[in-house]
Amino acid sequence: MRQLFRNDRMWRAHELKGAYDIVIIGAGVHGLATAYYLGRRYGVRKIALLDKGYLGYGASGRNTAILRSNYRTPEGVRFYNASLKLYEELSAELGWNLLFSQCGHLTLGHTDTAVAGLRVRAETNQLLGVDSRIIYPAEIQKLVPHIDCSDRPRYPIMAALYHPPGGIIRHDAVVWGLARACDRMGIEIHPLTEATGVRVARRRAEAVLTNRGEVAAGTVVNATAGWASTICKMAGVSMPIVTPPLQACVTEPLKPFLDAVIVSASLHVYVNQTGRGELVIGSEIDPYQSYSMKGTLPTLEQMASSALELFPQLHNIRVLRQWAGICDMTPDFAPIIGRCEELDNFHVDVGWGTYGFKAAPAAGRYLAELIATGKVPDIIAAFSPERFRRRRLVGEKAAAAVSH
Amino acid sequence: MSFRIPCPQCGERSVYEFRFGGEYSIRPQPGADEDEWYQYNFVRRNEMGSQTEWWYHRLGCRQWLRAVRETRTNKVIRAYFPDETEQTDRGPGES
Repeated sequence: MRQLFRNDRMWRAHELKGAYDIVIIGAGVHGLATAYYLGRRYGVRKIALLDKGYLGYGASGRNTAILRSNYRTPEGVRFYNASLKLYEELSAELGWNLLFSQCGHLTLGHTDTAVAGLRVRAETNQLLGVDSRIIYPAEIQKLVPHIDCSDRPRYPIMAALYHPPGGIIRHDAVVWGLARACDRMGIEIHPLTEATGVRVARRRAEAVLTNRGEVAAGTVVNATAGWASTICKMAGVSMPIVTPPLQACVTEPLKPFLDAVIVSASLHVYVNQTGRGELVIGSEIDPYQSYSMKGTLPTLEQMASSALELFPQLHNIRVLRQWAGICDMTPDFAPIIGRCEELDNFHVDVGWGTYGFKAAPAAGRYLAELIATGKVPDIIAAFSPERFRRRRLVGEKAAAAVSH
Repeated sequence: MSFRIPCPQCGERSVYEFRFGGEYSIRPQPGADEDEWYQYNFVRRNEMGSQTEWWYHRLGCRQWLRAVRETRTNKVIRAYFPDETEQTDRGPGES
């Protein structure tokens, strides 16, 4: 029996070698997805994934596990839709149940301006073949019988953007499943291996310095979330990123009553019910940048009061946990993916703000393509690191948890 | 963890009385080249550690002040009004 469990390890521990073809800093869902697609599609196996914590310690395990593609810019919609499609296949591909529940996603509008914004999104989505439409209180009530659609709240619900393919997934399972698949291809995962520096010479990131020694690399990828600026600074690369915390909480389990993801940008809150019955409630990003991952009472109060505006019957529910993750925000609420202008072999997959988890498979797949072929795939061209210098910002105004 | 800022006018107050104005940087002089403007407009040091930044005391004296903060713990080491004689910009406008 003991032997049985020993043989079925999800991923193995390795000695850190002196050199790899590709060194990925950050073994979260983005780093893992990049390694996975590099291995599976391009046969690159000499890859080391370095992580300063344990797997899923950072943003990969702190997000609210919502998947959707109902963004506002055509670049965003196309990209997140590709990601959603990859997520749909991922359980089967990995042979690992990710508990993806496409329960539907509703973005509520409480004001005329908000509804106008939702209409733009519905039109853009439909044009690009994404299932998304405006629905009104009668239909919202039918989909979510417990939501308060009356005129009691200060800002009653006027309409919603309904996005049926959206839903929730088990985020830990995504990390574990990808890590397992990477391990089976011979890709090495090194937890508790902190990058402490990057040795740069002749316009190349030649090696990554870690607490376990130096690792030479043909290609270096920065796939961190929350520490993007810190890692880039080690390589002498500057980034247009600030890092505010984003908080969320989870309540005690309840009987299943909510079978959709509910988001309200006006109330700065989003709510979903997990398979275990807990309600996951997320808030807006904190109004200052910080690397502190501690929750604060005012934010907890804000999450609770906003959730009660939508579901007043939850007033007696206890909160189990509250946490914060740190988000690398870019000026245009779109990610930064690509090779940096400053160095020839240093790639970034950063700036994932509040929308990184849902993007991981597409980011990994297309970054893998860029690394393997040297050509920038069209779908990520708009997210290049040099777009700020060229003043070609994306302007993704449907990012979660940010006021615009 | 409470996050408090010692306003030089009003004393120590909760961070929720203030509006964060971003990290402190020096506005380029007229005639600066594009790279300087790019650095000023977009690039952020995003310091993990001690950082000088702008804060506006919106529910207090309604003045812009500068604070030196440890960004890992949110402990404010020093808060002060910018000296008029030093080179400075006016801080971001309240939006």
